[in-house]
Amino acid sequence: MSKFKKKQDEGTPAISTASLPDIVFMLLFFFMVVTVMRDTSLKVKNVLPYADQVEKLEKKDLVMYIYAGKPSPRYQQQFGTEARVQLNDNYARISDIQQFIFQERESKREELVPALITALKVDKETNMGLVSDIKQELRKAEALKINYTTREGDANLNME
Amino acid sequence: MAKRGSPEVNAGSMADIAFLLLIFFLVTTTIETDSGISRKLPPLDEETENPPPLKKKNIFIVLVNANEEIFVDHDIIKENPVKLEDLKDKAIEFLDNGGGTGDEACNYCQGTGNPESSDNPIKAVISLQNDRMTEYGTYIAVQNELVAAYNTLRNREAQRLYNMDFTEMEKAFKNPETSDANKEKLKERIGVVKDMFPQKLSEAEPKK
Repeated sequence: MSKFKKKQDEGTPAISTASLPDIVFMLLFFFMVVTVMRDTSLKVKNVLPYADQVEKLEKKDLVMYIYAGKPSPRYQQQFGTEARVQLNDNYARISDIQQFIFQERESKREELVPALITALKVDKETNMGLVSDIKQELRKAEALKINYTTREGDANLNME
Repeated sequence: MAKRGSPEVNAGSMADIAFLLLIFFLVTTTIETDSGISRKLPPLDEETENPPPLKKKNIFIVLVNANEEIFVDHDIIKENPVKLEDLKDKAIEFLDNGGGTGDEACNYCQGTGNPESSDNPIKAVISLQNDRMTEYGTYIAVQNELVAAYNTLRNREAQRLYNMDFTEMEKAFKNPETSDANKEKLKERIGVVKDMFPQKLSEAEPKK
């Protein structure tokens, strides 16, 4: 008899937390998928211009990145606001570009070297003078395949 | 009868639901790839050779100055800046002009045949000039419009010959799922259209 009485007082049972790990894992996986890994930390402002006649850069291992733009706000005290070039993780001089290209070539397999593409990630407020200097250095290093990396969008947005 | 508490929810299928969602996100999210305008720089040693003589009417000069104003060909003297939206049409008008006669005639051009403008798209060169103080964004916008002009003309010819857009053909050619036989065919067709409107975009070094 007392057995039945006990059950009457129990109320709602506790919600099972057995599935909590699944939910957490799900969230974890989701964020793992959507976050893009940056292999270099940017030290320059890098707002890319818009363009709509674009081609995709398919093979990531064949791309060398050159960044240019004004130094990020936290570096401006030290380096000023003059647009600069960034190679790998550090600011570089224009004259370092050739050396950088040769180093990159060295690290790739020989048969891949002719297919290497240089992606120019340049802030849209940069003056063309700097970009031309970079292009001139690339010509000297015979890295002729270039890609002006852009965001997809109407080109008129650049004029604002 | 005694009142029973609500029965415990079966959580056994929770993992399945989680996996389902996980797989859904895995399939739908694409990892970001960079895209941009691809260009080929001219080799450095070319400057020492004598450049082939070009008729003045076959060169279309696009000048972007430090105030982000765009000037086209004859308008440079008139100080009459062109709007970015009009640049594409102007470039198409120039490339598609087909003003040549005899050997230089262009049998697929649909332009007006103005003798003051280009003879043939094969001979037509667009020369892009900029100032050192020009903003990069403007430069890219101009590049973009010029590439758009070429793409429009190439699409038109590809549609006429093969009933397919040029840009579609290029996309299919790059797609790894396209069969080798198809790729061979596409490569040939892309070559034909490219030869009709070769992209001759010369980038002069900026003026100081």
